[in-house]
Amino acid sequence: MSSFNTDIAIIGGGGAGLRAAIAAAEENPELSVLLISKVYPVRSHTVSAEGGIAGVMSEDDSHEKHCFDTIRGSDYLADQDAVEFFVNEAPKEIIQLEHWGCPWSREENGDVAVRAFGGMSTKRTVYAADKTGFYMLHSLFERSLKYPNIKRLDEYFVTKLVTDFDSTGGETNNEKRAEAMPSEKHTEAENISAKTPRVIGCIAMNLQTGELVSISAKTTILATGGAGKVYSFTTNALIKTGDGMALAYKAGAELKDMEFVQFHPTGLPRTGILITEGARGEGGYLLNNLGERFMERYLPNKMELGPRDIISRSIMSEIKAGRGFSGPYGEYVHLDIRHLGEEKINEKLPLVREMSLDFAGVDPINEPIPVMPVVHYSMGGVATNVNAKSSLKGLFAAGETACVSINGANRLGSNSLAECLVFGARAGLECAKECKSSKLIHVSARELADEENRIAELLQRTGSKTVATVKTKLQEIMQKHAGIERDHEGLVIGLNQILSLKRELKNIELGDKAKLFNTELTGYLELENMFVIAEAILRSALDRKESRGSHTRSDFTERNDEEFLHHTHVLQDQKATMSLSRKPVTITKWKPQPRVY
Amino acid sequence: METTTTRVLVKRYSPPQPSPYFQSFELPFSNDMTVLDLLTKIKENEDGSLTFRSSCRMGMCGSCAMTVNGKPVLTCQTYAKDVVKENKPMLVEPLRNFPVIKDLIVDIGDVFEKMRSTMPYVERMEKKAIADGTYKQSSKERKKLEKTSQCIKCMICYSACPVYGYEKDFIGPAAAALAERYNQDSHESAEHKNERMNTITSEKGVWKCSFVGECSSACPKRVDPAQALQRLKIMGSLHIAKEVTKKIINKP
Repeated sequence: MSSFNTDIAIIGGGGAGLRAAIAAAEENPELSVLLISKVYPVRSHTVSAEGGIAGVMSEDDSHEKHCFDTIRGSDYLADQDAVEFFVNEAPKEIIQLEHWGCPWSREENGDVAVRAFGGMSTKRTVYAADKTGFYMLHSLFERSLKYPNIKRLDEYFVTKLVTDFDSTGGETNNEKRAEAMPSEKHTEAENISAKTPRVIGCIAMNLQTGELVSISAKTTILATGGAGKVYSFTTNALIKTGDGMALAYKAGAELKDMEFVQFHPTGLPRTGILITEGARGEGGYLLNNLGERFMERYLPNKMELGPRDIISRSIMSEIKAGRGFSGPYGEYVHLDIRHLGEEKINEKLPLVREMSLDFAGVDPINEPIPVMPVVHYSMGGVATNVNAKSSLKGLFAAGETACVSINGANRLGSNSLAECLVFGARAGLECAKECKSSKLIHVSARELADEENRIAELLQRTGSKTVATVKTKLQEIMQKHAGIERDHEGLVIGLNQILSLKRELKNIELGDKAKLFNTELTGYLELENMFVIAEAILRSALDRKESRGSHTRSDFTERNDEEFLHHTHVLQDQKATMSLSRKPVTITKWKPQPRVY
Repeated sequence: METTTTRVLVKRYSPPQPSPYFQSFELPFSNDMTVLDLLTKIKENEDGSLTFRSSCRMGMCGSCAMTVNGKPVLTCQTYAKDVVKENKPMLVEPLRNFPVIKDLIVDIGDVFEKMRSTMPYVERMEKKAIADGTYKQSSKERKKLEKTSQCIKCMICYSACPVYGYEKDFIGPAAAALAERYNQDSHESAEHKNERMNTITSEKGVWKCSFVGECSSACPKRVDPAQALQRLKIMGSLHIAKEVTKKIINKP
């Protein structure tokens, strides 16, 4: 079959995508929901989330507190209306998943258990051992099998979003887009002009056959996760190449706050495999080579349970001061959980033990775990409003792909799983609503043919570069110039190197010319997406001449609310280059103040 | 770091080629490299057309299951040093018992449909509104799901199962474990369990399991599907007896 028609197309089958699908399917059993993913849904990266999911569940906690923790954690860059909505919905989602059978860990009395997490002022992280994401993802996937109106296209790679501008012919997209560009500086996502393109579907490649198909959809949801793979050292799975963000950008949508990349303090050397923050939540210590709990020096009131940006910077300071350990894969510090004892480790942190044994050759019952800061999460993404709507008509986004923003300049651990559910559900419901009034516009045969030609050309192209060499180079540039600490000079060098490396795309010859399951080809298409992300991160980081949250500038070491209390938006302009704009942060009742813990 | 050199024989197959063949690669590896690392190196440096699945590279997503030296394993957590035998090449093949799509990639769609047939979701006995909060579950009740809920759907058990090799109608290990996981959930309603048992006891159900236990030995997550299958057989026999009795009693 070379074409599909659906009410809702969801791209990405992880936590956010599955939650969106179920929300829409439950809302209206008549709706057709098509879940498109480049991997089987259970292979999605949600599976690797470990520590837990945040939500106000206990009586001594309050929405007010969760809001404030999140906003302070975000270094006051979160949109506070979005945070309030999020905090209000998160517990409902946790309860909903429990009703569906997700096996959360329990307290003695049979209630859902909560644990401490970084930057949270009280215990509010619900968990399922330290495999929370795994249990969530499989529970959602299994639940999704109940609804006959959810159809899946597993192992389909989306190569392009199609808009009504593409399909009407005549003027070029860029000319149309130029007209559509808002003249006023601050446009709300709701305030979409009539000339804004509408996303009418997408083109996707069936990996198992190599065939391209067109998918016409009344509404489309992006839920493809983050973009950690633009760095060489990351906790992220190999599939996390920022596809959804790049698809949206190329279709004319705005990306937001791309400069904010979270470094998780505790990744294993060499592989970057995550050791959950839950290890510190359960009482683990961070130690330097003198055996000191060095967080005493930086954050004595929070110690190891500070927010991730501060802990990661503290580790780097220790290493710079010569108090780290040296190993074949760089300098690191120790995460020590020995004092928790074997029983607690096995019950609450079994995966920490499994990962340490399998990937660092260390049994944390007897030895400290070597850890170093590692790229973990994209705070930025497709700019959306509280209803998960992007700046384009018919296009929604949820989860790490999106930037609402509840995370601002730094996400608190365990807010992201909740974000997947809250905004996944929201996107599903909004689409269900929009489907009532919107008509299906068919993706034209010409659109499909154009994409077929593009792919055919890629397969035939000759050149001296390979996907792997260019990808590795891109990752090295980002790791070096857009890391934990940045400065103007480094960012300029990084940007120039990325732009010149991008020209090498044309010199790539694919190592596989077959049509069927061509992972070289998908690797190339992912690489194209990665260039969009890398450029957006570098340009946005250059523009933000202050230090805020995860974005640390050694040449501008302070937060500067007067000039930079704004979001950075990027958009493809009429010359197909990346243009930046600044948009206000929504402040409701928490006025920005110094971030003291 | 110290490196050793090994020969890797990888089974290749790409339609419309008529039949698979082995391709040999000679490459160095260090003690901390996994089989997946070796395959990635081959793809990046030697032959870009080598095709396999991989994603999380931490043993959670289940993408990279293959047959290494005759055993089905997750290649991301199988270290080369542990499988390299002196003077013998390392043998990497696709999972067995599944149709091969290309090289090391197999078609696992059938198992996902089998999983769907077990209705793997809870239908509560009493339905609470979200506003009424969560249900209670004791640690003891939660423990009953401990093993069966660990399944990552990597398909290694199907590759190890001698029955699934020739009897595609057999529901197989992971789908059975999934059925058992939801049967054991303290909140599952009797009606829904009953419905599930109808599938389990059908011709496409659990009966063909010959209890060789290969699935449990091969499982990288210690799910113990063999035990789940045996429990389901016992429960299934009781279920059938009950259904038959019901029919007799209800006969007009």
